[in-house]
Amino acid sequence: MNISRSVVEIEKLTSVFRFAGQEIVVHKDLDLRIEAGELLSIVGGSGSGKTVLLRQILGLETPRAGRITVQGRPASQLGDDGAASRVGMLFQHGALFSAFSVLDNIAFPLRELGTLPDDLVRDAALVKLQMVGMDPSQAHQMPANLSGGMIKRVALARSLIMDPPLLLLDEPTAGLDPDRADDFCDLLRSLHRELGLTVVMVTHDLDTLFALSTRVAVLAEQRVVVSGSPREVMNFPNPFVQSYFLGKRGLRARTRLQEPPVAV
Amino acid sequence: MEDNTPRIRQQQQPQGHCAQLLGQWTAEHLAARQVWSRLKHDLHAAISAGTAVQLWDLRAVTRLDHVGAQLLWNAWGRQWPAQLSTLPVQRALLERVARFSAAVPPPAHKSALQLFLALGRQVLRVIDHLLGMQRLIGQLMLDVMRLVRHPRRGPWRDFSGHLYHVGATALPITALVGFLIGVVLAYLTAQQLKQFGADLFIVNLLGISLIRELGPVLAAILIAGRSGSAITAQIGVMRVTEEIDAMRVLGISRGYRLVLPRVMAMALAMPLLTVWTTLAALTGGMLASDLVMGVTPDYFVSALADAVEVSNLTLAISKSTVFGVLIALVGCHYGLRVKPNTESLGQGTTASVVTSITVVILVDALFAVVFKDVGL
Repeated sequence: MNISRSVVEIEKLTSVFRFAGQEIVVHKDLDLRIEAGELLSIVGGSGSGKTVLLRQILGLETPRAGRITVQGRPASQLGDDGAASRVGMLFQHGALFSAFSVLDNIAFPLRELGTLPDDLVRDAALVKLQMVGMDPSQAHQMPANLSGGMIKRVALARSLIMDPPLLLLDEPTAGLDPDRADDFCDLLRSLHRELGLTVVMVTHDLDTLFALSTRVAVLAEQRVVVSGSPREVMNFPNPFVQSYFLGKRGLRARTRLQEPPVAV
Repeated sequence: MEDNTPRIRQQQQPQGHCAQLLGQWTAEHLAARQVWSRLKHDLHAAISAGTAVQLWDLRAVTRLDHVGAQLLWNAWGRQWPAQLSTLPVQRALLERVARFSAAVPPPAHKSALQLFLALGRQVLRVIDHLLGMQRLIGQLMLDVMRLVRHPRRGPWRDFSGHLYHVGATALPITALVGFLIGVVLAYLTAQQLKQFGADLFIVNLLGISLIRELGPVLAAILIAGRSGSAITAQIGVMRVTEEIDAMRVLGISRGYRLVLPRVMAMALAMPLLTVWTTLAALTGGMLASDLVMGVTPDYFVSALADAVEVSNLTLAISKSTVFGVLIALVGCHYGLRVKPNTESLGQGTTASVVTSITVVILVDALFAVVFKDVGL
């Protein structure tokens, strides 16, 4: 794979929503490029359109104007056959199919291909199940009987079943206790490294953000105000960025960066 | 353009028989139908005894994913082949697959004892439902007494809202269904009565069956499907979103604010809807009789008064009040039992509709037996 090529290219993106009869501009002329192998975090205040951006990259929503290409193809074609081999998505609440067992959930995209034999599909699903740190004995559990952390793990295994080069995460650690959140971060970091994934993550959790990201993009004022390494972004002179990262929570989390806080 | 089809090329080399793998060994490419059937054949040939491959060369594979690695690993009989040349990335992938390849624990099969115990659980569940229902009725009695003592503090706003949703908005559908059933019934009986020359008895037949039986039951079944499920869904959603717990913490009685107004609205709306449905059905029957048998509406109306005793109407109305209360209670019962997940909400709604329709028909049969001497 060509390392220098952009996996996702967003150009002049404009998104508008109608809410209570009013038009609300969420993005205006937003540009963003995501390079292969990055672990990019998208941050921004509530309602700044982070999740919308993620959904637009996936082709689940169509922007008013602008162009989104994912691996050289328009985002709107992403949902065609074989989508699971191009992009994986971890939804905030897992979105496991409640009628299927854990193993069937993970194997579902492979089984839908229709040709691969059952034992191969089962073995492949079992490998993914253990790669996300779960035990084979949990393979026949139903999603309703799983804890929040396990649901996220199974959902992650399902999104990775066909080894997509691009993985999108929506609030990967929301709703997990700090211990589980740390475990999940470790898992994401090791998968990112081992599988050479490009990861795009939307998160509010500054701990996760500093622990994982190689690059941070801040959404504010309807565009990407700054993108760069966590350290660069934090020192960027913009009121939103400053209050976001240098609030009390931000100060606590940035000790993770193992450097004394910068005087402002 | 390079060929991405996964394929095997066998060669004779100094070290022995060599299999060189080419193309993209990924799930997407492997799963193409022709590719898969040829590859299966080639893989089988490569590992079968006579021409066994000594050296596996993966270095020319442009992309290998976990499914491809798994396929090879399984083909090798889950062990490393004698000689293997790979790129480091591929080696890591194969090692991961090798480490994690395990037999799936078989899904637990149920023994005879477990089946027996499952039956016991089923029985206990039914008993639990009955107890829950009993508790709900008991609570309803207490709430009614509270309402009688302080009528001004009753949940009247809720009551009127439910009355509108249960009653007024159900008028079109009940009228349509009632009318059509009346027409169908008139057409069917007309054929039979003509054979005996008893044309005029169509008024008795339609009158008794529609007023006494079909009107109330038809309306009750429609409302059970329409409003019973809505009650379960409303209360169930409140369970899922913890609103019911919030009510309890705020010291607001869920029986008084959720169950009572719904039961009252149903108890009042059901008889009214029954009368409405029966009227629509009689209109349908009357028009159809006029068309098929020439029984004029004038005659129909005047004969109806003689054919059907007033006690039939009383019975129908009291019956439908009971139906209304039961539908509301069953709906609330299932709604309150919904567990805080969406799957349980769907199951609860389905169970509620099935149960309330069954209950309506059971109770109707009971009425038919007990009041067999009234009005006939």
